[in-house]
Amino acid sequence: MRTHSAIAEPGAIRWTLTAFAVAFLALFVALPVASVFLQAFEHGPGAYLAALTDPEALSAIRLTLVAAALSVPLNTVFGVTAAWLIAKYDFAGRGVLLTLIDLPFAVSPVIAGLIFVLLFGAHGLLGPLLSRHEVRVIFAVPGIVLATTFVTFPFVVREVLPILESQGSDQEEAAVTLGASGLTVFFRVTLPRIKWGLLYGVILCNARAMGEFGAVSVVSGHIRGETNTMPLHVEILYNEYNFVGAFAVASLLALLALATLLAKRLLGDGSHGGQGQPGASQEAR
Amino acid sequence: MSVTVRNLTKRFTASAGSPRAPAVADASFEAPDGAITTLLGPSGSGKTTVLRAIAGLEQPDSGTILLDGVDCTAIPARRRGVGFVFQGYALFAHMSVRDNIAFGLQVRKMPRKEIAERVDELLSLVQLEGLGARYPKQLSGGQQQRVAFARALATRPRVLLLDEPFGALDAQVRVELRSWLQRLHAQTHVTTLLVTHDQEEALELSQHVVLMRAGRIEQVGTPHDLYDHPSTPFVASFIGGATVLRGRVEGTRAAIGPLSVAAPDGALEGAGLQAFVRPHDVRIARATDQSAVSLGKIEKLVRVGGFVKVELRLPSGEAMTVQMAKTELDALGVAEGDRVLVDLLAAKVFVEDYSI
Amino acid sequence: MSALPRDAARTEAPPQSWRLRRSGLLPGFSFTFGFTLFYLGLIVLFPLAVLLLKAAQLSPSQIWGIVSEPRALAAYRFSFGASLTAALLNALFGLLVAWVLARYRFPGKALCDALVDVPFALPTAVAGIALTSLLAPNGLIGRLFDAVGIQIAFARPGVVIALTFVGLPFVVRTVQPVLLELDPALEEAAAVLGASRLQTFLRVLLPAIFPSLLTGFALAFARALGEYGSIVFISGNLPGKTEIVPLLIVTKLEQYDYAGATAIAAVMLLLSFLLLLAINLLQTRTRAARAVRK
Repeated sequence: MRTHSAIAEPGAIRWTLTAFAVAFLALFVALPVASVFLQAFEHGPGAYLAALTDPEALSAIRLTLVAAALSVPLNTVFGVTAAWLIAKYDFAGRGVLLTLIDLPFAVSPVIAGLIFVLLFGAHGLLGPLLSRHEVRVIFAVPGIVLATTFVTFPFVVREVLPILESQGSDQEEAAVTLGASGLTVFFRVTLPRIKWGLLYGVILCNARAMGEFGAVSVVSGHIRGETNTMPLHVEILYNEYNFVGAFAVASLLALLALATLLAKRLLGDGSHGGQGQPGASQEAR
Repeated sequence: MSVTVRNLTKRFTASAGSPRAPAVADASFEAPDGAITTLLGPSGSGKTTVLRAIAGLEQPDSGTILLDGVDCTAIPARRRGVGFVFQGYALFAHMSVRDNIAFGLQVRKMPRKEIAERVDELLSLVQLEGLGARYPKQLSGGQQQRVAFARALATRPRVLLLDEPFGALDAQVRVELRSWLQRLHAQTHVTTLLVTHDQEEALELSQHVVLMRAGRIEQVGTPHDLYDHPSTPFVASFIGGATVLRGRVEGTRAAIGPLSVAAPDGALEGAGLQAFVRPHDVRIARATDQSAVSLGKIEKLVRVGGFVKVELRLPSGEAMTVQMAKTELDALGVAEGDRVLVDLLAAKVFVEDYSI
Repeated sequence: MSALPRDAARTEAPPQSWRLRRSGLLPGFSFTFGFTLFYLGLIVLFPLAVLLLKAAQLSPSQIWGIVSEPRALAAYRFSFGASLTAALLNALFGLLVAWVLARYRFPGKALCDALVDVPFALPTAVAGIALTSLLAPNGLIGRLFDAVGIQIAFARPGVVIALTFVGLPFVVRTVQPVLLELDPALEEAAAVLGASRLQTFLRVLLPAIFPSLLTGFALAFARALGEYGSIVFISGNLPGKTEIVPLLIVTKLEQYDYAGATAIAAVMLLLSFLLLLAINLLQTRTRAARAVRK
């Protein structure tokens, strides 16, 4: 790197801007995160552990894991397929498809919950049919899984697509000319090249799935010990002024977020290019 | 306005990996007023760094830059009054051609009317009348290049600095723009420094060449000086083609196998030497069938237009390229595989240093 | 850079064709196309269509009645105003943070860069309770403002702060790569032409990064409009005052007012969709501009 002495700001301006940016990040981001842990341990580690081992908390943790375990693999399979489709083939309506895939990002989580209530709820489109067969979707686990799947829908596509696009199709085409079938090409040529980006997409998708609040809140019915996920449990405890309990469960979610960010550092996030190193996912091999 | 560079040294901090040698080390030269001076050298020789230091885009570690004899090393780029044409042009993509050219005048708060007049003047100077409203990406590479010139000239700079101005263009466009630049210079007479790695470009465009290598200045002079009197083996090999032959000092002669030319004065007897032989400084003659000695074998004849390149293999095993007119070769009547007599008309001899 | 050969290939192929890109060599188009459409339809399009279907069952006057009742209007106004304020704050601070991260070296820079992503990864409910407890009148920061009679949590400023928190990564992460990719020669050219740093910033840099700044702004705005998790804690949820649209939908749903919830949600959905289209258009143009610059 050259040192661009001619195009650098005077030191005073540089330090002022830096100080403002750091202060902003410290106040707006670091402080709230730190406060989660501080308040969780306000009454010592004993109270913290007690709050986490509370049966209702454990049940919320279990449900959160179940919902993520179902929705993340679904979206992973879809994400890779859709990314492959958009990156490798040229067809009419490609742009429209991409916009539609982005839809769940743009829709308020509350609306994401509402649509499943309108579809499967007691007064919903399929409500009568479901109640005849005594299947519960809304205020039950299937509804939570569906809502979670909806809100985390675009994550894997959005991580994998830029990697596939930047790599081009030369190697895949070479494999085909050598006689490989479509699946062989994918597993032997494409997957090894995108695996780190894919892993990051899955981790991101998982973080969002476990942390989703609005959509799940609408479909869950907040039945304690049954349809409460961790974020919903946080809400209930907070509204009951059980701050240590609320922040203890919240601290687990915050740890998950921090682990996700660590994964981003380690796996290299080519799509945002924030570090200016596209293809870092390849180097990580 | 003349440009003087004195003892310029610039070292870049190594960003990663091994620490670097200085990009420019103790470089001194002067670019005369009103002329085109070329900074010539292979890539990485430091020529662009020198140019950027003159513009104020790099702060030298030591040394001074003088414009018309006035030290301006400490003056920031924006007050140096130089024009700079970047290698990739660096046109402002969101501005029209007019706005690009007007930029330097607008930041000087020149009245609107004068700016408009000056821009029109420049558009006609670079022959882009009628394209003022276009955006850079709507122009061809050669046209963008001319916009870059116009933008640099708009503020009436005292010095025009060109960093590989034709580097990004097709071979044919390059040649056209070279003669265009000569005409432009004849009209403006602005002192110009041009960085290039293309010796043909340097020899054609300028009467004053500064040849650089690995951060140091090897030789300064006219193209003829550099060609006919290279001061180092590097200059001899970089400017124009030459065959390098090894030999030894024998008396007042430099013996190169059975060939010989005059040795430089004061050369030590028996010292090793390198002889640089230009392709047109060799004469060949047909060896008669009876002659016992034949000095070279024609390996290949390559015809290029009216000239022929003769590739010879000498008895020492060394290869040598000779260039001669087609008619001359026809008169000799030699063919590939023939043995020929070789005579050196001239060679530049460098005696190897034995200093301990 | 990789976009160029593909674009060239695209212009060669007739636009009406459903054939494969380039030589049409890779197998699997029908399968991937079919599966993608099926899954997209099942999880996203069908449920969203049900919302529009339900809304269509209401008469226009019914819909108008619902969406124009004072409480709904107040919620729209509040959501819109707070989101816009937050998005503007994000544009300002996001640009500052992106600039500092892209241009300067300072101790702790890597940590700061990582902090930018926190709002993206942190569940909104966690952000909500953390910000609320800090900004409440008895909280660490709220206390300072309470002393001078300013209420932050359970009032408009708290909502704006939460929305700013949530939208922060969008501006930074759209502007930062553009700043990093900008050719330094552009600024050097401006400097040699006599421009000051401020002139260079306003006339050369800002126009170059403006499309990305606008994209980031729109993304932050869209995100803020739909945000629910953090706001529900900090807003105080006073109907007609600090009630946001998503909360109004939930409230109606809890009162079994499905028609009301549907009508308001449909309006929001339409709005989000328009925003999304605008953003995609912006991003396409930004990417095209970046491809040209390379």
